[in-house]
Amino acid sequence: MEIVIDNVSKTFIDSKNIKVPALENINFSIKEHEFVVLVGPSGCGKSTLLNIVSGLMSPSEGSVYFEGIDKKQPDLGIVFQDIALLPWRTVYQNVVYGLQEKKFSKQQQKEIGQKYIDMVGLTGFENTYPKELSGGMKQRAGIARALAIEPDLLLMDEPFSALDAQTRTLMQEELVTIWNRTKLSTLYVTHNIQEAVFLADRVIVLSRHPGKLKSIIDIDLPKVGRNEPQFNNKFEAYVEEIWQLIRHDAKKALKE
Amino acid sequence: MGRQKNKQIIKNRVAFLDKKIPVYASFLGILGLLILWELITQFNFVSPLFLPAPSAIIVTGWEMIMSGEIYQNLSASLYRIVLGYAIGATLGIIIGLLLGFSRWFDAIGTPIIYSIYPIPKIALLPLFILWLGIGELSKVTIIALGVFFPVVINTYSGVKNVDDTLIKAAVTFGSNRLSVIRKVILPGSLPMIFAGLKLAAGTSLLLLVAAEMIAAQNGIGSMVLHYGNLMITTKLMVGVVVLSILGLSFNRGLQWLENKLLPWR
Repeated sequence: MEIVIDNVSKTFIDSKNIKVPALENINFSIKEHEFVVLVGPSGCGKSTLLNIVSGLMSPSEGSVYFEGIDKKQPDLGIVFQDIALLPWRTVYQNVVYGLQEKKFSKQQQKEIGQKYIDMVGLTGFENTYPKELSGGMKQRAGIARALAIEPDLLLMDEPFSALDAQTRTLMQEELVTIWNRTKLSTLYVTHNIQEAVFLADRVIVLSRHPGKLKSIIDIDLPKVGRNEPQFNNKFEAYVEEIWQLIRHDAKKALKE
Repeated sequence: MGRQKNKQIIKNRVAFLDKKIPVYASFLGILGLLILWELITQFNFVSPLFLPAPSAIIVTGWEMIMSGEIYQNLSASLYRIVLGYAIGATLGIIIGLLLGFSRWFDAIGTPIIYSIYPIPKIALLPLFILWLGIGELSKVTIIALGVFFPVVINTYSGVKNVDDTLIKAAVTFGSNRLSVIRKVILPGSLPMIFAGLKLAAGTSLLLLVAAEMIAAQNGIGSMVLHYGNLMITTKLMVGVVVLSILGLSFNRGLQWLENKLLPWR
């Protein structure tokens, strides 16, 4: 199975009826069990691209498709930047939301829901409402909700950007652990280069105005333990390489 | 030593913002007012014709309860307000949801709602009496109408203000349109709907009393007017107290329901 982003372009029309290109000729694919990270400066259209892949926006040209899949409607699990838990549902009710909509039996919902609540470390908070949780715990619930439907593609839109630096570091480490147990094909969007190198099998660098594919970098590091000292040099080299690709664009973004 | 001499401790200059006050404080004001009132009347500073003593109101109130006068008027009033409120609130919620969901309904219906909304509803009572007769129907209708508007407008804006990302989240996890309405938009707009229901509670009481004073043989409003005309001030005041208790319990009931239905807030 493979997810193909085939020549996707997106043009917005602004209030003065002028066409604003946001994405131009994006081509890449996500293989089975691959963790792909999209990184780029603000305004590079990475969220737009994620929305198109999520089916929350239609591309102006090109298409996104799954190849080599038997079911009609591939399942997508999305982790949102602003988390988007339903505030009137408890952690458990939020996590099993997708399963309910798929008409899983109560028993199955319970088993699967509990499995993923345990996996993200929310055991004991099943009956808690989102407003009573910290930011990090909310996003754990958001991740559990996306994992629970055991999606064909997991999409994550800057899931940790609203968290403080310490919580973010811990959540990144936990995400690697969780991902290793599920091995879901994943498309992850971030503007944080360290995060990209820490998580990715492949990093896709976008440039801005319009968003174009600048470079694809394979991260040749073991999936677990990238923050260990022996990988320090290699890790930093990747970060530097990506930073050099983005730097110029990021500077321009600052001036706008 | 020299350093200690000039020691200046920084004090919390906004401590008054979170000053704690004992619970009984909230009763002090009411109790003080009642005592003052009782004293003024006991010492005959004011004639009981204009301001009867609280104790006299309580005694008269008890007599009126025992004679069944309160029950008879209160049940007539309750019938009108409960029926009118239920009809107005139900229609308001349903139509508010429709206006919120459907762009067609919105475009056609919203201008109508907003053009009728500013009319003081009591001005329509003569018209309703003409159409529906002087019986219960015209009074129930005017209350229903007064309740309908705050509820419909709040429901509408509640639906419109549901967070877009929640709808997107629901759709990506497999919800169809109906499911989105039932599981996201409806619970999401409930807080606003309740705000409308509470607003409407005050309106309904106002319209009840006004309608009963204009066109009714029984009911608390007509009772108050009746004893006002006869200058039996004590019985008039009993009616006022009953209305205030009615309004208070109405609000409390809605608050209780809200806490029950919205535990997540």
